[in-house]
Amino acid sequence: MAIWLSRSKKIAHLLKPKIAYFPQPKIAPSEFSYKIYENHVNSSSFGTLSGENIRSPHVFLDNSATMSALNRQWRRTESTRAGEQVETVPYSDDNYEDENQALDFPGGRVSFTHEMKFISEAADKRIPCYRVLSDDGYPIAGSRFEQVDKETAVKMYKSMVTLQIMDNIFYEAQRQGRISFYLTSTGEEAINIATAAALTSDDVILPQYREPGILLWRGFTLQEFANQCFGNSADYGKGKQMPIHYGSNKHNFFTISSPIATQLPQAAGVAYSLKMDKKEACVVAFTGDGGTSEGDFHAGLNFAAVMDAPVLFICRNNGWAISTPISEQFRSDGVVVKGQAYGIRSIRVDGNDALAVYNTIRAAREMVIHEQKPVLVEALSYRVGHHSTSDDSTKYRPVDEIEHWKTARNPLARFRKWVHKNGWWTDDEESELRGSIRKQLLNAIQVAEKMEKPVLAEMFSDVYDDLPSNLHEQEKSLRETIKRHRQDYPTDVPV
Amino acid sequence: MASSLRRCNLGLILSRFQSISGRSSNGGTRLRRLSTAMISEERVSPYSEGAGNKSINLFSAINQALHIALETDSRAYVFGEDVGFGGVFRCTTGLSDRFGKQRVFNTPLCEQGIVGFAVGLAAMGNRAIAEIQFADYIFPAFDQIVNEAAKFRYRSGNQFNCGGLTIRAPYGAVGHGGHYHSQSPEAFFCHVPGIKVVIPRSPQQAKGLLLSSIRDPNPVVFFEPKWLYRLAVEEVPENDYMLPLSEAEVIREGSDITLVGWGAQLSVMEQACVEAEKDGISCELIDLKTLIPWDKEKIESSVNKTGRLLVSHEAPITGGFGAEISASITERCFLRLEAPVARVCGLDTPFPLVFEPFYLPTKNKILDAIKSTVNY
Ligand SMILES: Cc1ncc(C[n+]2csc(CCOP(=O)(O)OP(=O)(O)O)c2C)c(N)n1
Ligand SMILES: [Mg+2]
Repeated sequence: MAIWLSRSKKIAHLLKPKIAYFPQPKIAPSEFSYKIYENHVNSSSFGTLSGENIRSPHVFLDNSATMSALNRQWRRTESTRAGEQVETVPYSDDNYEDENQALDFPGGRVSFTHEMKFISEAADKRIPCYRVLSDDGYPIAGSRFEQVDKETAVKMYKSMVTLQIMDNIFYEAQRQGRISFYLTSTGEEAINIATAAALTSDDVILPQYREPGILLWRGFTLQEFANQCFGNSADYGKGKQMPIHYGSNKHNFFTISSPIATQLPQAAGVAYSLKMDKKEACVVAFTGDGGTSEGDFHAGLNFAAVMDAPVLFICRNNGWAISTPISEQFRSDGVVVKGQAYGIRSIRVDGNDALAVYNTIRAAREMVIHEQKPVLVEALSYRVGHHSTSDDSTKYRPVDEIEHWKTARNPLARFRKWVHKNGWWTDDEESELRGSIRKQLLNAIQVAEKMEKPVLAEMFSDVYDDLPSNLHEQEKSLRETIKRHRQDYPTDVPV
Repeated sequence: MASSLRRCNLGLILSRFQSISGRSSNGGTRLRRLSTAMISEERVSPYSEGAGNKSINLFSAINQALHIALETDSRAYVFGEDVGFGGVFRCTTGLSDRFGKQRVFNTPLCEQGIVGFAVGLAAMGNRAIAEIQFADYIFPAFDQIVNEAAKFRYRSGNQFNCGGLTIRAPYGAVGHGGHYHSQSPEAFFCHVPGIKVVIPRSPQQAKGLLLSSIRDPNPVVFFEPKWLYRLAVEEVPENDYMLPLSEAEVIREGSDITLVGWGAQLSVMEQACVEAEKDGISCELIDLKTLIPWDKEKIESSVNKTGRLLVSHEAPITGGFGAEISASITERCFLRLEAPVARVCGLDTPFPLVFEPFYLPTKNKILDAIKSTVNY
């Protein structure tokens, strides 16, 4: 596939969009200098990239210039004590041998400085967000991205639409009391689908819970989704978990677990196994912005870095963790900056730009697999829906904020404009698709609802590989109870 | 409609966590649960008499207690995930408006952080009232509770303590919670000397016990029966009152068998008692309220009267706190016992969604056990 250097059709698209709700971190007071941090001294990891490994090198290769600027900045003279001038010589290869100028320390030599400098708590500029498509669906001038062929693009668009309709219909089904719970991915369709499209089916997914689009892309059918939500006998989880806790071994998609962030250190272990088996595949581990506050997030990143484990961490920063805004979740410039502290290469991407996500994930995946080390991607988006069917988000956030993201920043609308402009998608196709997906979903729900629940024996199965004696005994006693009190028990669970 | 019938029978689903009473299923499960409020209405307790009593539900009672705790102690703080806007169960509604964001606030999503922060705050002489959103999510904080909070006083020779710490967490079945919104993890914490574990059964109890827990000079883990947040309604005095910790309460007197339980399970047990009565079996029902340190004497004297004991809890039977009660009472009342101690508990499986009605220690399971114990 060719690398495109595409030109914007309208100058207006060059204008930097304002992101409405992401709070600006405070600019550091000027007396604290923070050049070291700001300039990415640790550039060694960038140096190993080769063109062969990277299909879109534009994403990150800009560091040599920064390095020389850094060295220049450091070359200055300053006073430490009255009357005494000492020349500060920055770290460089030439003075490696000077014991007084640098400390030989595990991890590499650390140069000495006379300046008492604190690394700032914030850079003076926020990390920018990689983007390809403007809000109008035009490639932004100067943006470089890998072309997506028609077939893939159309499949991506169709999948995004399918995900949206599935969310709407299942959400409604919950409102009608037909399923007990639901949670939509509304607003995050591009992250879901574009990520899936950029991976191969061998890549192992460790989801949080707002990523059903990956399964959808991999061929998990609408019927399979419905079966899980209804907890019927065809549900792979055998009705044991709440709706939306999908899992599919054949799709390399680990079963969702409600406790937040637990999957992240596990991801390092799964990836280490792929590494030892020399697999041409990586682990893709998702977290929300809220999830990054858990200890497991930090454990996961650090383990992956130290073990050189091929994990692609994707943080869906959607601004909210239930009612908690990111300003109460962390004071850093979002999540992307946390990677570097763990020695993990990181990038921020516009999560509502399907093309940008696609390109980012492709490039990141190449690095993860060919360099055998983790990468962190922070995708900026917005949770357009309520947290779940148990939540009413208008209690804690302005309706016009939701509306803004639902309309002006809609990821489907943006991608649709692009496929449309390419002549790959028509309005007729759109309405036909929507009609047909709706029909399939309503049918899937009906089938799932009619189907029996899993048999009672399944309640005791899978606690262990085999039934131990305590469970044998409990099953027997339960069956006797059921015989005595049949009216106490649901009739749709075969006993 | 066949499908809706099926749902009702399952006793599943239908209600959202935030509107349990409004849309709960009308199956057996709901009836079971409703009676907690009934029990409490029947009983006239000394502290509920007089003016200023209003019928409120359990989450409002918790909310009242938190208002009072913050009002009466300027060094009291309330915090946890999503606490600022009122909490996912509405227990902290209005608190941050009233007492300010410095005393009532959201925390980052990190249970070990919440409890660690709370331990530190409490160690400085404050009342740290920390909320864990669901008892199922308390485990990241297990180390802070077990190794830190519980041993803070002991390890320093009483130079330091974090007695102002109270950890609140909704626990237990709710009809549709599956693995991670249903668990009853109390027994893990009962294995930890240095903390107290308290579980209320009704709004009135919740308010008085929570205020006692907050003001108790020891760290307390306070589990709230989330099924009852909206469902249990009773008259609760509006004033500031406390109910004693480590004091069990006989909530129904009887002579043939003693039943011991706590939290939401008591209403299920109460119904079994009522039914057993019809068969001429007189049951004494005791609310343990504080699981550690527990009121062994009250159980002992009741068993010495009845000669039989049944313990019931939602948590899995193996290693549940019922095992401890059973062992202790067997030690103390061995010669008086006329039958083995019966335990009617959750099964030894993870909490299953679809099979919840089968998993739970239902009224009829208890009734059967009462009969077989009495006829042993
Ligand atoms: C350990 C743990 N604590 C608390 C919760 C309750 N909870 C469920 S989702 C959620 C917010 C997660 O927010 P985020 O990670 O940003 O994901 P999003 O929902 O925005 O996709 C919380 C607090 C949980 N599931 N697990
Ligand atoms: Mg979020």
